[in-house]
Amino acid sequence: MATLEIRDLHVSVEAENGPREILRGVDLTVKQGETHAIMGPNGSGKSTLAYSLAGHPKYTVTSGSVLLDGENVLDMTVDERARAGVFLAMQYPVEVPGVSVSNFLRTAATAVRGEAPKLRLWVKEVKEAMAALHMDPAFAERNVNEGFSGGEKKRHEILQLELLKPKIAILDETDSGLDVDALRQVSEGINRVASSGEVGTLLVTHYTRILKYIKPDYVHVFSAGRIVESGGAELADKLENEGYASYVKGGASE
Amino acid sequence: MADVNNSTGSTTAGSIEVGTSGAGEKLAGPGTGRASVQQPIDARVTVKPSYDVNDFPVPTGREEDWRFTPLHRLAGLHDGTAAANASGVDKVELGLPDGVTAEQVGRDDDRLGKAGKPVDRVAAQAYSSFEQALVVTVPKETVLTEPVKIDVHGEGGTRFAHVVIDVKPFAEAVVVINHTGTGTRAANVELLVGDGAKLTFVSVQDWDRDAVHIAQQTALVGRDASLKSVVVTFGGDVVRIHPRVTYAAPGGEADLFGLYFADAGQHLEHRLVIDHDTPHCRSNVVYKGALQGKDAHAVWVGDVLIRAAAEGTDTYEHNRNLVLTDGARVDSIPNLEIETGEIVGAGHASATGRFDDEQLFYLQARGIPAEEARRLVVRGFFAELVQQIGVAEIQDHLLEKIEAELEANV
Repeated sequence: MATLEIRDLHVSVEAENGPREILRGVDLTVKQGETHAIMGPNGSGKSTLAYSLAGHPKYTVTSGSVLLDGENVLDMTVDERARAGVFLAMQYPVEVPGVSVSNFLRTAATAVRGEAPKLRLWVKEVKEAMAALHMDPAFAERNVNEGFSGGEKKRHEILQLELLKPKIAILDETDSGLDVDALRQVSEGINRVASSGEVGTLLVTHYTRILKYIKPDYVHVFSAGRIVESGGAELADKLENEGYASYVKGGASE
Repeated sequence: MADVNNSTGSTTAGSIEVGTSGAGEKLAGPGTGRASVQQPIDARVTVKPSYDVNDFPVPTGREEDWRFTPLHRLAGLHDGTAAANASGVDKVELGLPDGVTAEQVGRDDDRLGKAGKPVDRVAAQAYSSFEQALVVTVPKETVLTEPVKIDVHGEGGTRFAHVVIDVKPFAEAVVVINHTGTGTRAANVELLVGDGAKLTFVSVQDWDRDAVHIAQQTALVGRDASLKSVVVTFGGDVVRIHPRVTYAAPGGEADLFGLYFADAGQHLEHRLVIDHDTPHCRSNVVYKGALQGKDAHAVWVGDVLIRAAAEGTDTYEHNRNLVLTDGARVDSIPNLEIETGEIVGAGHASATGRFDDEQLFYLQARGIPAEEARRLVVRGFFAELVQQIGVAEIQDHLLEKIEAELEANV
């Protein structure tokens, strides 16, 4: 069973006056089949955790370790991490002009699976996944994220999640900017993937809204660059009622 | 990729000037009701077109039409020193389908100089200095199924060339001139597209890294004729291609497509002039370029003039650049001058985008290795343009060339 182990992770970014530490000792274990919600106020470092795990060059790991089934993730390039089974659904997916969605998806699937999917099966697979996410088939011929609405971008991210079948899925604020219908449909997609039991999900979110649709096994509160409290789904109810005030006072909230 | 019109390392300027109908130069030539054929006067060039090199002062680099060109790398093409020792040799191979003739003629042949005069000093130098011209003729109503091939392999030295492609009325032809090898070259190419004729003219600059090549490609498009010009520049140290289009009679169409790939240190310049002095003609320009490496420099200048007489004109020009690495520079300047409002449409667009770290991260985060990510983006960028060329053999060749550029340099 795939396991992602994050131990005492410290991460800095370059700021105007030298490096600034954002993650200050994160410990977390995510196993295949589990869903963890990482919740915290703005600036608490939860998106930094997401991007650091994917290997974004802006973030420097200063100490700690990240292991996926014992393999050192931090030694891998960005694409190696993806091929090892780490997937990051981004909050702000970038436009890639000139590259169609269908071409992009097939290239990514070929890279992640290690061989080109059989064309006929692939076309069917993409078509079904798109239909399940209520996406227009014409979408496949558009350029990646070019002119996509907020909802289309998020559906496209979850479409990739469904097709690439990672071991660990990190979903960075996938709920932001979605109306109620889109939120429900995107959440259904995440649940479909999770229900396979093949993926460990790390759901990074500011709001409890998405937790009406996705039931986490664990909820972690993030503040000032580390996990300050962990619990079950009931912790989300507490956050819903009380907000983050009790976690941020007295603590730096960078 | 965000389109940035004025990012670091690139400039984009554009202007649309609308003059009063009938203002400015007296117009002459077919379609204007005046008898004499007069040369177009460019929006931004002050020296009158001429066959004589001495009519042009030696450029200093401050002139509008020379300000982007690195004159010190032209091996003297611009100041007469190259002409003093023009002993370079080209190996030329012709592939002529049945019915097509090719002749070497002297400078007094009356088929020369019909499309238009040289408009700058180097083009005039080429006209003043060439020894024999190549005249390729596609006879009236001859529809070719195979392309005419002109393979020019430069074997060093300085050489001046003159080529006339004469496509007679209602003929249809694809002509491909392919430049390889090295040397210092200046040339004029005349494209005569007869009434109702169709010409696809492809000029490929696939030179060795140290070549210098400056060419004016002047087209005269006949009544209801259509020209498709495809300029592809990959190789050379300094390459400056100047396609020009004028219309001999109404109903003419011109599509000008261009594709370039500038690597470290290369200067690739494309300047276009389309002179709409005749009613009911159409033009469409699409040039796309990619750049990679330190001091890779691409220049694109597109001048479109719509004269007072050119009612019913429909024109659009479009330049896009994709900057793949730091250190490259693009200058992209569309310019549209309109003297009549009685037109179908006129417009231009220019955009220079970067393949940036965020795009790379996004593609890599989906398992795609960095090199493949770059290729995916570049292929996508050029694919749409390549498809518009409409000649399968050339399209395949171009895609292969683009792949080779990427293999070699990314």
